[in-house]
Amino acid sequence: MMNNPTGRLTQGQFSFLPDLTDEEIGKQIQYGLDKGYAWSVEYTDDPHPRNTYWEMFGMPMFDLKDAAGVLGEVRECRKAFPRHYVRLMAFDSTRGIESIAMSFIVNRPAEEPGFMLERQEVNGRSMRYTTRGYSAGKPELERY
Amino acid sequence: MGDTQITDAKKRYSAGVLKYRQMGYWMPDYQPKDSDILCLFRITPQGGVEPEEAAAAVAGESSTATWTVVWTDRLTACDSYRAKAYRVEPVPNNPGQYFAYVAYDLILFEEGSIANMTASLIGNVFSFKPLKAARLEDIRIPVAYVKTFKGPPTGLVVERERLDKFGRPLLGATTKPKLGLSGRNYGRVIYEGLKGGLDFMKDDENINSQPFMHWRDRFLYVMDAINKAQAVTGEVKGSYLNVTAGTMEAMYERAEFAKELGSIVVMVDLVIGWTAIQSMAEWCRRNDMLMHMHRAGHGTYTRQKNHGVSFRVIAKWLRLAGCDHLHAGTAVGKLEGDPLTVQGYYNVCRDAYTKTDLPRGLYFDMDWADTKKVMPVASGGIHAGQMHQLLDLFGDDAILQFGGGTIGHPQGVQAGAVANRVALEAMVKARNEGVDLLLEGPDVLRKAAQWCGPLKAALDTWGDVTFNYQSTDTSDYAVTPAVA
Repeated sequence: MMNNPTGRLTQGQFSFLPDLTDEEIGKQIQYGLDKGYAWSVEYTDDPHPRNTYWEMFGMPMFDLKDAAGVLGEVRECRKAFPRHYVRLMAFDSTRGIESIAMSFIVNRPAEEPGFMLERQEVNGRSMRYTTRGYSAGKPELERY
Repeated sequence: MGDTQITDAKKRYSAGVLKYRQMGYWMPDYQPKDSDILCLFRITPQGGVEPEEAAAAVAGESSTATWTVVWTDRLTACDSYRAKAYRVEPVPNNPGQYFAYVAYDLILFEEGSIANMTASLIGNVFSFKPLKAARLEDIRIPVAYVKTFKGPPTGLVVERERLDKFGRPLLGATTKPKLGLSGRNYGRVIYEGLKGGLDFMKDDENINSQPFMHWRDRFLYVMDAINKAQAVTGEVKGSYLNVTAGTMEAMYERAEFAKELGSIVVMVDLVIGWTAIQSMAEWCRRNDMLMHMHRAGHGTYTRQKNHGVSFRVIAKWLRLAGCDHLHAGTAVGKLEGDPLTVQGYYNVCRDAYTKTDLPRGLYFDMDWADTKKVMPVASGGIHAGQMHQLLDLFGDDAILQFGGGTIGHPQGVQAGAVANRVALEAMVKARNEGVDLLLEGPDVLRKAAQWCGPLKAALDTWGDVTFNYQSTDTSDYAVTPAVA
């Protein structure tokens, strides 16, 4: 368990809330669809805070306007990677934004050991810091 | 002598004193060009000074005029260099005050220099005797001039990508007490706040390098706190390291050290001045650094309606000069700010195209020409119990900073941070589900407090705290403006 008040990874929009039910996830998806966003499902077993590129579970669903369809992809991804982190991301292609508009975690491993902070003493009192996942030592797909 | 422009060159340029109107600074027929800079001044002429003459004087003193005719004007294309007051109207409900619209040709300004623009527009003219008071209410900067500025070093879209935080306002807190903590104690507050769920912590405006805490000490302890919090949460965290100092050299030295230590953000105070701000923005662009702007000092000239510069103008200049975060008011907190007026500031920070919106104090359309967007910061006397109002007023692209509202929590700093993060996430979730924030927001908070002890304690402590004072700076407009 991670040593923060939630006991878990706090990335994403809703990590401090109780896990969203599929019905609640569906409402968030609908909100994004109403705004014209394209949803995408991504998964990883390397949730390092600066691991930007999680694996894509298929392409962003540009033409899918049905919340149930997006939720179906989430379920498929969970089935394929039950012990991975899975997140939903919404892309906004509006000029001047052209980035991610929403992002939240929809699946987590049962155990979240978190990260260790390694310190290297350099130049007087300065320090170099490295954040290393306790699970990251194992090969991909064998973590968690 | 009449009140109209003297067109006969020999008469116009013979030695002596003329009215500003006679010199050509009042041109009611002038059609502003798309490339002109347009300014709206609120002026209070001295008794006996006609509003049109006062407006012409403003145009004159902020462009080419001096108090007497000079023949050397005739060596120049002075007709185009003269600013033109082209419209004057009484300010609704404020007897003795007038709105004066003035147009400036692009040639009057140096590219990419806020210092140059401000030296003209808010220079001598604000001390001019025939006016009792003057205020620059709003400004339209044309695309041609906008494009000479680099704008925010990072911009709010890229900031979110770097932080990996989307779809909700960011959360921050200013470390308190703002003066007196040792570096070690200071870092403790940073760690607790970030671990508890805040995205950012912040140095206050007057934390620089005092006897109780040398800046290097602060930076070292703060970076330890940030990295520790990042490891225990798995989230990117930051703390605005205030590099404000007595000289540019000292600021660069502090910023370099912040960069060496791995900070993602540095902070400066507005009081360092326009040129220093643009220099620090350059440094931030070169070093992939966010630049946080604390608007220390602005209240001395933005707050009173009759004299000074509106904050909406300051915000426009700061967006062009280049900052990524800008304190822009809370509307519901402890500091001055009428809600609509404050929303106007937020729009100026984030708009792709600012539309005229008189209730929000926006008097001009302005195309930002894809200038990056500034993340507005709401900071000062706000607490978790106001989360629904804050989200409703400002939307997702803002930083909500709860200093006292985090650090003063009865169960400690970490609990204060949890309360704010839970309140925020619950409110964003509810809004996305279609809940009416203003109607049902308090209910959303109460429900979340049932399972979140820290939020319950926050609501019990501050739930009823409001700062309901009359705002001094509100927009003056009539539904159909009367033209004088």
